[in-house]
Amino acid sequence: MNIKEVVDIIGGKLICGESMINTEIERGFASDLMSDVLTLDSDNVLLITGLANLQAIRTAEMSDISCIVFARNKKITKEMMELAKENNIILIECASSVFKTAGKLYKAGIKPVF
Amino acid sequence: MHFEYNIEGGDFSKAGFASSQLKKVLKQLITDHKVVKRTVVALYEAEVNVVAHAYLGVVIIDIDTDKIKIQINDKGPGIEDISKAMEEGFSTASEKVREMGFGAGMGLSNIKNNSDDFKITSEVGVGTKLEIIAYLKTI
Ligand SMILES: Nc1ncnc2c1ncn2[C@@H]1O[C@H](COP(=O)(O)OP(=O)(O)OP(=O)(O)O)[C@@H](O)[C@H]1O
Ligand SMILES: [Mg+2]
Repeated sequence: MNIKEVVDIIGGKLICGESMINTEIERGFASDLMSDVLTLDSDNVLLITGLANLQAIRTAEMSDISCIVFARNKKITKEMMELAKENNIILIECASSVFKTAGKLYKAGIKPVF
Repeated sequence: MHFEYNIEGGDFSKAGFASSQLKKVLKQLITDHKVVKRTVVALYEAEVNVVAHAYLGVVIIDIDTDKIKIQINDKGPGIEDISKAMEEGFSTASEKVREMGFGAGMGLSNIKNNSDDFKITSEVGVGTKLEIIAYLKTI
């Protein structure tokens, strides 16, 4: 599944990463705890989180996570956008809860990390 | 190659700066992206620990043909029981640290899992020292 399809399925809003809309996503993970995210060793992971801060972007940078969905209507700040752009990370805002967002993507075929 | 970075305790906005710089350097040098990821994840967790639990720290990185050696030395409260601190799930993180997305008690064990060699020493009331080594096959 590519990013464009992800955005459509969850009814999200692509905030940053327009040029990477064809990036393929294979697996998903949902957490507000960055140390949990940092233990993953899969690639092409999409992260769903309610934690909207710079550390979420840094965590994605270190873990080679290509796309972050901010659920629960959390807003992406300018600093987050700048850091994401610098590291080619796609950012999506979404009004639904983490549970609903994850459920929709799971149903559409995104695999869990474990 | 030799690099040094300072870390300020409590300043989450800059946590990850050293790891980010190291990642840029390693991507140029190493083709095995798993090694790059393991090493920067280990350093990032260590940086966040200084920000979350100590007062100030320094990161010293030495990249050689056969290994990457990273030392993270901080001035801080130190760790009384290291084996307990290494346990997954053990955390004394403050509310502020948890709001930042940390405090799962996973960091130290994750650093160990992501390094080929890992040493930790600490003195209560003085500070903590970590040494992380990643061995390289070819560079
Ligand atoms: N540099 C340090 N100085 C003082 N205490 C530390 C330091 N690093 C870790 N600790 C202590 O060890 C505990 C466990 O550390 P660890 O990194 O495993 O988990 P955490 O930082 O609490 O949460 P997480 O890393 O999952 O976000 C910490 O809660 C803290 O009490
Ligand atoms: Mg930690």
